[in-house]
Amino acid sequence: MNKLFYALTQSLGLESNRQNGHSQDFEQLGRVVPDASRCVQCGVCGYNCPVGIPVRDYAHQGLPVDDPNCITCGNCIQVCPRGTLRWETKMHTLIVERFPVTIQATPEPLNETVELL
Amino acid sequence: MNPIQYLIIGNGAAGVTAAETIRYNDPAGKITIVSAEPHPMYSRPGLAYVLVGAISSKQVIARQPEWYAQHRINLVHGQAVELDSVKQQVRLDNGQVLLYDRLLIATGARATPAPYPGSDLQGVVFLDTLDETHDLIRQAKRARRAVVIGGGITALELTEGLAHRGVETHYFVRRNRLWSQVFNDSEAKMLDERMQEHGVNIHYNTEVVEILGDKRGRVRGVQLKDGGEFKCDIVGVAIGVKPQLNLIRDTPLKVDRAILVNEFMESNVPYVYAAGDCAQVYDRWTEQYMLDILWPSAVAEGRAAGLNMTGQQSAYVKGSPFNACLLFGLHIAAIGQINPRREAAEKDEAASDEAEVVQHLSRGSSEVWFTLPHLYASAWSEDGPNTVRLVLSGDYLVGALVIGDQSLADPLRYIIENQINIRDLSPALRAGGLALRQSLTQFWYQLRPPQVPLYQ
Repeated sequence: MNKLFYALTQSLGLESNRQNGHSQDFEQLGRVVPDASRCVQCGVCGYNCPVGIPVRDYAHQGLPVDDPNCITCGNCIQVCPRGTLRWETKMHTLIVERFPVTIQATPEPLNETVELL
Repeated sequence: MNPIQYLIIGNGAAGVTAAETIRYNDPAGKITIVSAEPHPMYSRPGLAYVLVGAISSKQVIARQPEWYAQHRINLVHGQAVELDSVKQQVRLDNGQVLLYDRLLIATGARATPAPYPGSDLQGVVFLDTLDETHDLIRQAKRARRAVVIGGGITALELTEGLAHRGVETHYFVRRNRLWSQVFNDSEAKMLDERMQEHGVNIHYNTEVVEILGDKRGRVRGVQLKDGGEFKCDIVGVAIGVKPQLNLIRDTPLKVDRAILVNEFMESNVPYVYAAGDCAQVYDRWTEQYMLDILWPSAVAEGRAAGLNMTGQQSAYVKGSPFNACLLFGLHIAAIGQINPRREAAEKDEAASDEAEVVQHLSRGSSEVWFTLPHLYASAWSEDGPNTVRLVLSGDYLVGALVIGDQSLADPLRYIIENQINIRDLSPALRAGGLALRQSLTQFWYQLRPPQVPLYQ
């Protein structure tokens, strides 16, 4: 796993950052991101935040919760009654930004056998 | 040129989203919101969580009073009573007259009162506005036994809230199945078990004909159709909501069940727009103008109306109605056309149910849910407490109901919303069971749009 991680960081050109001491990307390995279309602005998320971040204000606008005080406890994700919030790892953001996946309108036919995922 | 005067009637999801959108696109415009309630904008779906006790009632306020000042939005409290579309003015109940260049009607919907005698007694409660919720919580403190009437999400939330507040709660169902317009037998049974675990008593095939009061005007019980009497201190009523159309009663606005709007959210009268629960929008699945009483739909319509009011032609295409809720610890997501198939013997009941739907659509649901395409097939997968029910029509998915594990909800929503061809998948889907889950997951991995995470 470490090897894979190392290979990925190198291929994404992040290793140099790390050597220069800019390791914030890896200290905080993820963030809370909302799906605004699910949000009903009830405020359960912010009410349960131990550091008092107004999570709702991010959620209904569809903005990632980029508050420096976020302790990444995941409480808001747990309590949201509508599944608005999810955890996004930093690696994922980087990979998606560098290698965007194109959407196919009609995908290739599936294989007959169904693999166990 | 003078700044444009925008007038928005309604301080809910649609109205506030429209105001936000207008402010963003027209920094100079004058925006006025008329609110019939004395609070800033609050989250109506959040009231259920206030009742359960998950949040304080302060927390449901989604926009603080300062927010209105920051966005230079003038908030007026009062009931709009008269619209003059020729003079372009709206009169409030306190006599104030407001002029407009662009008017948005976003008055929403209000709970239908109980259609029985005695519905004005003290102890008849609703879960509809913030004030009513406060009243309900206050009454629940003293009450010992409660009866809840109505199908749909609001009634179930009311039941859950009362049960959590320590009231002995009895839920009356007219048919032999919970929420019979949406759930099939297995789904209803699962929820039934959950409700019993939470201490709710469910009475099937029970109908109320009258609410009985004592000398002081308080509820003392309900009269049942079979002649019996049932003692209780609270009657929770959630039989449905009705779009609020008092404002436009004597105007030339075209109304069906709500205000009919085109894809630019315009009514048939120039400069008058409508959005939210009081607007009826064209639905491409049923090919009819349909009513959604849903928060996400209201937000999307409010945004579209805001854009069009500022002069940007932006067509709104109604999405597949979607709602996710948490009832008795069970996550439920409903998407698109999901009416359970009916047996021939139930046909008559179904017809009367459908007539009822038009009158009493419950909050948090859409008319589209209760429909089915002419030709359809169902697929079913059950895995302990997690179920998925799909409705297929031709090569497309048109509806899904996901209970429990929600990992398939977003993929299904995407596939239904974007009308993605699933011809190659349908044998596996129809097989049901594990094949359904696996093939859907695999299909989703091939189709995955970029915003969906690789790792959860």
